Amino acid sequence: MAGCKQHTPEALAEKAKVLRKHVISMLGEAGSGHPGGSLSAADIMAVLYWHELRLDVETPHWPGRDRFVLSKGHAAPILYACLAEKGYFPVEDLASLRKIDSHLQGHPDMRQTPGVEASTGSLGQGLSIANGMALAGKMDNADYRVYALLGDGELQEGMVWEAAMTSAHYSLDNLAAIVDYNRLQIDGTVQDVMGLKGVAERFRSFGWAVVEIDGHDITQILAALDLARGTKGRPTAVVAHTVKGKGVSFMEDQVGWHGQAPNAEQVQVALGELAGGKE
Amino acid sequence: MAIMKATRDAYGETLVELGKENPHIVVLDADLSASTKTNGFAKAFPKRFVQMGIAEQDLMGTAAGLALAGKIPFASTFAMFATGRTYDQIRNSIAYAGVNVKIAATHAGVTVGEDGGSHQMIEDIALMRVIPGMTVIVPADFIEATAAVKAASAFEGPVYLRLGRGAWPVIFPENYNFQLGKAALVQDGDAATVIACGVMVGKAQEAAKLLADFGIKIRVLNMATIKPVDKEAILKAAKETGAIVTAEEHNVIGGLGSAVSEVLGEGWPVPFERVGIQDVFGRSGSPDELLEHFGLTAKTVADAVKRVIERKK
Repeated sequence: MAGCKQHTPEALAEKAKVLRKHVISMLGEAGSGHPGGSLSAADIMAVLYWHELRLDVETPHWPGRDRFVLSKGHAAPILYACLAEKGYFPVEDLASLRKIDSHLQGHPDMRQTPGVEASTGSLGQGLSIANGMALAGKMDNADYRVYALLGDGELQEGMVWEAAMTSAHYSLDNLAAIVDYNRLQIDGTVQDVMGLKGVAERFRSFGWAVVEIDGHDITQILAALDLARGTKGRPTAVVAHTVKGKGVSFMEDQVGWHGQAPNAEQVQVALGELAGGKE
Repeated sequence: MAIMKATRDAYGETLVELGKENPHIVVLDADLSASTKTNGFAKAFPKRFVQMGIAEQDLMGTAAGLALAGKIPFASTFAMFATGRTYDQIRNSIAYAGVNVKIAATHAGVTVGEDGGSHQMIEDIALMRVIPGMTVIVPADFIEATAAVKAASAFEGPVYLRLGRGAWPVIFPENYNFQLGKAALVQDGDAATVIACGVMVGKAQEAAKLLADFGIKIRVLNMATIKPVDKEAILKAAKETGAIVTAEEHNVIGGLGSAVSEVLGEGWPVPFERVGIQDVFGRSGSPDELLEHFGLTAKTVADAVKRVIERKK
């Protein structure tokens, strides 16, 4: 089943809004979790799941499917919102996030949640997993593509750069890494915690095709993924500049909302903003 | 004189054999393919060999991804780097996810020799054993290593295979029937039991000969699968022989000795001693000098047996 490419950019933006509402509600119910980096990735995820990824929800393990690896596993809520909206499990399950009897673990667990392709959460490991999937695709002459979403803070893990070498060395043009560059991590700005200037140049120097975009502009996300799909002989890095907490005014660009759940009142305010179409 | 062959050679040769039978088998190495013996597979099946360079964390993560896409990856490097440097990757990307990756680590223990303590991995069994769902196998000789590689390949789930650098005596016959999770009776006796793995199985056999000269007949069990450990064989040995000594080329903390003592402590406590590395790091020297230096000898095992027999009284 091909990706549902009939969606207009406007429809994808609407979908992202639905995903954001799920994130807020889920975290409100859970009482813990990571809103900032889930909201920053919402537009990217909407485009991936409703435009780019070739999936068959009825046959989750269809060998020909595209693969998505959430390397920044703490953004699990946005992934779960996508999978529920796609129909991998009931939307009502989202309210069970992080609960003792839930299949929705604090970080993605492929053994528990339908549609999750890799267990992640310990940062830095997703690109290697994605490389392995892409290498297998090359060995099998399969035409599926592999996508990994990484955090900018996550790029401080040395293993990411081991993997970045591998992607380029093996000319994995069936792979794209998207960096959710929201500029914040737990202890402060990425720049203050461990300076990370020139991410695009770094990937370029490793032999990757690189495109820098506004990670909230649906048209730019679509164009970047098109470009990645059309790039031959090397992997593509999409450096997506985003705003952490995007869509909820009091969370936007606030370090404190990395790993803190909104209380009931904050949930109402946030849902109100998202319903009102406030940007 | 017994025939001397290295378990890593068994690994390399068996990989080529398996590669012919099963197109899903892929092999990854981190710039050590000549030493881990994966170079034979690389030559025979270049498209199914993935050179990862000196990047072991990426090695394990990539192996996980290959397995998730339907391959049966064997990921190889030295035991030091295969488990120490990559614990988190093995724990989270492989074991937590229950991914079908075979970690085949060579150059385990002090028999690495001259390279010294930095390269002599004596904690790998412990590290792998504590990971839920991990199977841990330590073959004792070339024949058993061949069988263990095949068994690991056929088994669905993560496996840690501990292989040695040096040529060790071939103990088992060609038709040896390796069973995952089962101890193998090397020789029977009733005065005490030595439960050994790896290079120490041969030493335990020698110890049995030394003791036979004193009229002491011991049982020797080869415990190749350290996890899941063969509880039944351990308890049977405890009940029938009344005293147990373990012998391993590994820290006495966390390895075979610990696994056996856990079973005995809960099930049937008997006089017990652990022969192994006494919680110290290795050093340079020839493999034989190092085995002597760290007390990994037939005499050490025999002396321990005498002590536990004494404690039975």
